[in-house]
Amino acid sequence: MAQLSTRQKLEILADAAKYDASCASSGTAKRDSRGGKGIGSTEGMGICHAYAPDGRCISLLKILLTNSCIFDCHYCINRRSSDVRRARFTAQEVVDLTLNFYRRNYIEGLFLSSGIIRSSDYTMEQMVEVARSLRQDHDFRGYIHLKTIPDADPELLRLAGLHADRLSINVELPTESGLKRLAPEKDGGRIEGAMRHLRAEMEDGQDARRKYRSAPRFAPAGQSTQMIVGADAADDRAIIARASSLYDRHRLRRVYYSAFSPIPSPSAVLPLKRPPLMREHRLYQSDWMMRFYGYEAGEIAAATDQATGCLPLDIDPKLAWALNHRAIFPVDVNRAPREALLRVPGLGVKAVDRILMSRRQGRLRLEDVARLTTSIRKLRPFLIAADWRPLAMTDRADLRARLAPPAKQLDLFA
Amino acid sequence: MHRVSLSAPDDFDGWRAAARRLAVAGVDPADVVWQVGDAPGDLFGHDPLPPEPERAAFSVPRAFVDLAQTAILHRDPERFALLYALLHRLRDRPGLMEDRADPLLRRIDALGKAVRRDIHKMRAFVRFREVAEGDDTRFVAWFEPEHHIVRDNAGFFVRRFASMRWSILTPDLSIHWDGATLNEGPGAQRSDAPDGDPVEALWKGYYAAIFNPARLKTGAMLSEMPKKYWRNLPEAALIPDLIAGAQAREAAMIATTSVAPRRPDDIATAWAALREGAMGCTRCPLHGPATQTIFGEGPLDAPILFIGEQPGDQEDLAGRPFVGPAGQLFDTALVQAGVDRSRAYVTNAVKHFKFERQGKRRLHQSPDAGEIEACRWWLSQEIALVRPRLIVALGASAARAMLGKAVTIGATRGMPIPLADGAEGWVTVHPSYLLRLPDAARRAEEHARFVAELRMVGERLTALA
Repeated sequence: MAQLSTRQKLEILADAAKYDASCASSGTAKRDSRGGKGIGSTEGMGICHAYAPDGRCISLLKILLTNSCIFDCHYCINRRSSDVRRARFTAQEVVDLTLNFYRRNYIEGLFLSSGIIRSSDYTMEQMVEVARSLRQDHDFRGYIHLKTIPDADPELLRLAGLHADRLSINVELPTESGLKRLAPEKDGGRIEGAMRHLRAEMEDGQDARRKYRSAPRFAPAGQSTQMIVGADAADDRAIIARASSLYDRHRLRRVYYSAFSPIPSPSAVLPLKRPPLMREHRLYQSDWMMRFYGYEAGEIAAATDQATGCLPLDIDPKLAWALNHRAIFPVDVNRAPREALLRVPGLGVKAVDRILMSRRQGRLRLEDVARLTTSIRKLRPFLIAADWRPLAMTDRADLRARLAPPAKQLDLFA
Repeated sequence: MHRVSLSAPDDFDGWRAAARRLAVAGVDPADVVWQVGDAPGDLFGHDPLPPEPERAAFSVPRAFVDLAQTAILHRDPERFALLYALLHRLRDRPGLMEDRADPLLRRIDALGKAVRRDIHKMRAFVRFREVAEGDDTRFVAWFEPEHHIVRDNAGFFVRRFASMRWSILTPDLSIHWDGATLNEGPGAQRSDAPDGDPVEALWKGYYAAIFNPARLKTGAMLSEMPKKYWRNLPEAALIPDLIAGAQAREAAMIATTSVAPRRPDDIATAWAALREGAMGCTRCPLHGPATQTIFGEGPLDAPILFIGEQPGDQEDLAGRPFVGPAGQLFDTALVQAGVDRSRAYVTNAVKHFKFERQGKRRLHQSPDAGEIEACRWWLSQEIALVRPRLIVALGASAARAMLGKAVTIGATRGMPIPLADGAEGWVTVHPSYLLRLPDAARRAEEHARFVAELRMVGERLTALA
């Protein structure tokens, strides 16, 4: 094989990494480079340094150490049987690239993942070496996210957590049968076992820091995971239930959804067409509802279509839930508690906080509410204000049609 | 009339000192003119500022100071006056900062928001280029902020790049860091900044490679990275070509999948795995009462695929499609029409038996739209694997599954319907419909029509082969 240039390798290994949705660089410990000999800072909120035309933010240098892999997962472009071009970076090359990009303010840090070569331990060792070198040889204080390999030695996972801000392990598919069919070499039990292990390490680390301020931090930005949507038969109800159990059991910071997208030279086991991107969007909205709006997974399941088990694509899940629970509306904007206001379709967390603050200053009229929110159109049927009471609006049979955007023709077998 | 001259467009301390004296003296906001630097022509005479108060006569909430510090960086020339007007009102209404519906507060809030966004975008979109400086190097960037944020934002770059030497040049102000102290210089021009850096080629390569052409969402990109920033972002030069190439790349990806020789054993593995997946399907409630999932069967390279409605009582027990009375009638009709049954793949729109129990008998019930929709995922996977030239829908449920919408048999039967995946669709009646017709003459007539339509399909298949 001819020698590949750094640029060629970067293109191959970035291309191979783009199916990982996560690019977050928020929520880690605050630190900066003053008083050090290196560079880097993290100040709570991550920064998106660029956006690609797919609408995704580019915050981290997201690459694979190598795209060679001994596994044969059908949905993955890097699987053993795929005829994609292979490349491999040395640890030193990744370190240099990260620092060179960081110095020019292109990125917040590194998100390193890898195909599995030789063995899980060998691969994990190489990834840990990149993080170690950045932190120790170069005093790099930017963000590092390492994808962890579930089968790797616990000591390697511990080292990974000492250098990295975030660790993640992908559950890949929402159902055990999907995993068996599409990723025969992966084992759902082992994946969850590794997550359990990471959670325990993180909690030990937090305990230690409560006692000794100098105790090292373990993955201060927590752990996350990713599920592929639309490659197996799991419906939204099953996906939401799985996500909710992962949040509860392993204290995940985030569950990412990635709508299965056609990959070059795919395996014949896969569907040829992608699921609608809107489906992924609706799942993220449901994720928000669980994390910020106080909905239980079971309640969101009630917003899914009875027959298909999927969230409606034409309206958002919060509106769908409200239309199915009209008895609790309209809600009085001047008296309702925070939890009730959060359930009003069209009211976000910020708007609710502004309402709670402002109503101490006097009774709110509809016009005041309009100034506190982005759009009043969707809200009107669900709210009572000082000068507004929707007359039987929530009883209208055509309420859904009045609030949903106009329908578009759907593709056959989309 | 009072006139206040501030030393710089972001002179918060100057504004605060003057505003405090004016507010304590109760000066009406309409009687104050704010300006930056010395005014060229003094049209009106003006009164001196009221004296410094003995001690702070009233305190303002923290939220006001935070908002004012941010909003004052806005380019809007009215910002000083607006902030003073808010301060003036706060004297009598200390709770005003909590009334987020107040129009003045809302306007100033919007200024603050725009400034915070600009600060954030500067942190994101500054692009350094490395230049030699003596034995060392310096990183230099050219940036055009919208508001007066550069001085305020310098701390971020100091904290992040403490060990580097760097300069950020902007039209109004330049800042320079030498590793220990921060210096300010006058505004600069784009041509003062270096025009390239060898690492940019790598960065552009990365930008193009990390973009997924299968999911184009330019609206989302534009809302976060508006075009006004593009000219100072090296990677933005690639965007038009990436967008133009995206649809073509995705189409090519799907096309190579379809023309690449698909290994028969790959397809067999895929089909077996699909069938196994369907065995555990719980996409709709029908899996509860039914005995098992009845998956389709037939050659995986079949040129023709028949969709029935759903398994019946006998199929549910036997585990295979088209073995009950309707299936037997279907077999007979195919022989009469001269269509080779052994070259056909047969399956159902819904893969579980739906029934109503009446004594010992399980009476067939038609699946509803939701059940058909839930099961359509499996059907579309079967079609994608087998890739038949012709798809024949038997009955209304099958036609709905094939076309994705309800149609009437009478209006659609007996003619080719082009399908999205390139196959040709046909619609005819379900054989069980013939079994249910009570009148023998009518039954014979409909049977003949069914056979005639199957014969048309057979002839079409020969023509296409």
